[in-house]
Amino acid sequence: MEQEVKDNNNSVIEDVTGSEYKYGFTSDIDTDVIGRGLNEDVIRLISAKKGEPEWLLEYRLKAYRHWLTLAPPTWAHLNIPEIDFQDIIYYAAPKAKDGPKSLDEVDPELLKTFDRLGIPLEEQKLHAGMAVDAVMDSVSVKTTHREKLAELGIVFCSFSEAVKEYPELVKRYLGKVVSYKDNFYAALNSAVFSDGSFVYIPKGVRCPMELSTYFRINASGTGQFERTLIVADDDAYVSYLEGCTAPRRDENQLHAAIVEIIVENRAEVKYSTVQNWWAGDERGRGGVYNFVTKRGLCRGVDSKLSWTQVETGSAITWKYPSCVLAGEGARGEFYSVAVTRNYQQADTGTKMIHLAPNTSSTIVSKGISAGHSENSYRGLVKVAPNASGCRNYTQCDSLLLGSKCGAHTFPYVDVMNDTAIVEHEATTSKISEDQLFYCNQRGIPTEEAVGLIVNGYAKEVMNKLPMEFAVEAQKLLSLTLEGSVG
Amino acid sequence: MNELLKVTNLHASIGDKEILKGINLTIKPGEVHAIMGPNGSGKSTLSSVLAGNPTFTVTEGSVEFNGKDLLQLSPEDRSHEGLFLSFQYPVEIPGVSMVNFMRAAVNAKLKYFNKPPMPANEFLKLMREKRAVVELDNKLASRSVNEGFSGGEKKRNEIFQMAVLEPCLSILDETDSGLDIDALRIVAEGVNKLKTPDNATIVITHYQRLLDYIKPDIVHILYKGRIVYTGGPELALELEEKGYDWIKSQIDNKEEA
Repeated sequence: MEQEVKDNNNSVIEDVTGSEYKYGFTSDIDTDVIGRGLNEDVIRLISAKKGEPEWLLEYRLKAYRHWLTLAPPTWAHLNIPEIDFQDIIYYAAPKAKDGPKSLDEVDPELLKTFDRLGIPLEEQKLHAGMAVDAVMDSVSVKTTHREKLAELGIVFCSFSEAVKEYPELVKRYLGKVVSYKDNFYAALNSAVFSDGSFVYIPKGVRCPMELSTYFRINASGTGQFERTLIVADDDAYVSYLEGCTAPRRDENQLHAAIVEIIVENRAEVKYSTVQNWWAGDERGRGGVYNFVTKRGLCRGVDSKLSWTQVETGSAITWKYPSCVLAGEGARGEFYSVAVTRNYQQADTGTKMIHLAPNTSSTIVSKGISAGHSENSYRGLVKVAPNASGCRNYTQCDSLLLGSKCGAHTFPYVDVMNDTAIVEHEATTSKISEDQLFYCNQRGIPTEEAVGLIVNGYAKEVMNKLPMEFAVEAQKLLSLTLEGSVG
Repeated sequence: MNELLKVTNLHASIGDKEILKGINLTIKPGEVHAIMGPNGSGKSTLSSVLAGNPTFTVTEGSVEFNGKDLLQLSPEDRSHEGLFLSFQYPVEIPGVSMVNFMRAAVNAKLKYFNKPPMPANEFLKLMREKRAVVELDNKLASRSVNEGFSGGEKKRNEIFQMAVLEPCLSILDETDSGLDIDALRIVAEGVNKLKTPDNATIVITHYQRLLDYIKPDIVHILYKGRIVYTGGPELALELEEKGYDWIKSQIDNKEEA
């Protein structure tokens, strides 16, 4: 009889874990694509297409030459098939006149695509409190509300435009938080990065709206190499959000990003991600490889950086948004929900590097695994010898749906100062049959009950998301796990 | 008058162990039935089986509920059709607020009857109105389902949910267990306020105490998976006086003979 119950549950899992990915469509857009493969000429070509200054080309070439000496990292709890880096297209751009300034210049098919993704690029259609930079494949196609933000001295544009219009700012900050020598994928990104956002919030300015970048991979066979740089000057504040989707394809596509954030005295940056790259089908075919280096340098006194991520997509995720707490009293936060199902693999977490006295950090990680997936938390809390009075609190929870998935926790703690207080809590749980039956008895069907319970479990993190996205993210979480009970 | 619930020769087991061994029970609208019996007699199993808990397997018999074959319905459809179980041990669901939980429940029921979801303001009004039935305060809405509730609050919360869902058959499974006298009174008064000529209640209890507050029309005694005695309210009093050993010895003697 118990066997019967189990079989029943398993069939529910199998039935429903294939819930539809509504962003899986492709758009027919006239695209400028270069040939497959990577060498110095390709890098020169990318740089030329973007009309970059000589120093940036030199930076790319240095990174490329360094990359050639590296091998992909193998320490993560991931099974990554060998990637043929010569079989990837490193630049694909929707054809358009050089950097469209008004909507009339944007391909209507592009506008339609972003509309379908729920991101209207007409300013009047957007949430009043949000500005958007839309990135398709290798280039930014439109950034909204730029004029309004410019009145406050805020720069919000695509990275490529920043290179042209604010070369001094870019030169001053590029690679200062994530060096091209940081790791294999950081070197690759530094050599071939395509587009992303550039944000500069001047001294004393609180950015009045959410800044958001929406990344879309469209072209087949391409990699996307996002590069984002955010600088919050003294006493500034900004809340930034990124969203990501990609078409449903049988091939694996690489997204190797670098995000660098610099937080000056008393400034605060909130960085939220809703990552919903195509995750591969129920048999594990296709899906995006999301290999990302994200790091913020809190170098100002009492500066603050908060990462919030909801990770539901990608076939493989390798991502550790981190905080380097170099200013006295700086604070780092990391709130994460990572969902894996089918054959997805995620190895994600954070690093909190306490370099200055009285710095503090909080880590809340909620992993949810279903199907045959593998979900790992990997985190480092490091306190330097002369950083006295530091605090860290880490809470690391795993929720298992079904019996074929895995949840793993790899916390590293490296404390060199006796005055530090470092706490770590971890739990692993399953959705109990009692909880499901209780919901059922009240009339709530099992799929909806799982959505409720999972959202309840992830609430602490979901609450950190900006309002406009919290609702979307909740729906996403429920949909993603529809019926993944066992 | 029509029958609300008709249980005929119901057998149910968990694994290889048969727990219910031929239950017969008929309930009409407006009636309150008490089911009493010693520990392990099958009282909670009966309530679980009626509510559709998948832990148990029905091996024989039939249950008719409002003219429908209850055993063919999923647990959630049984709920929509008007069957409510007040759990002996209400389950905690961390992070899920009562307001979200009840909204999901109410809207699922509306959906079952092809009606649109309840507008938010109407729903909040309903919550306010119903929580007064069991004297729960306004913090209830934002608290997680049963998480950190005291024993009394959990049981009051069950009756609150019953008030919102307006079932035609409520099964109160040992609602008196773990309650102090004040909580018992509040819970019982709540149940009495919800009583109408059209609905019925099954009160499952070990003790007479609760029946001082919720007056049964009919009292059944369950022992070893069968209803061995059925009588009026006086049966509960007699049982209280003589204890379960009285039943046990009578039945066991009969079996031996």
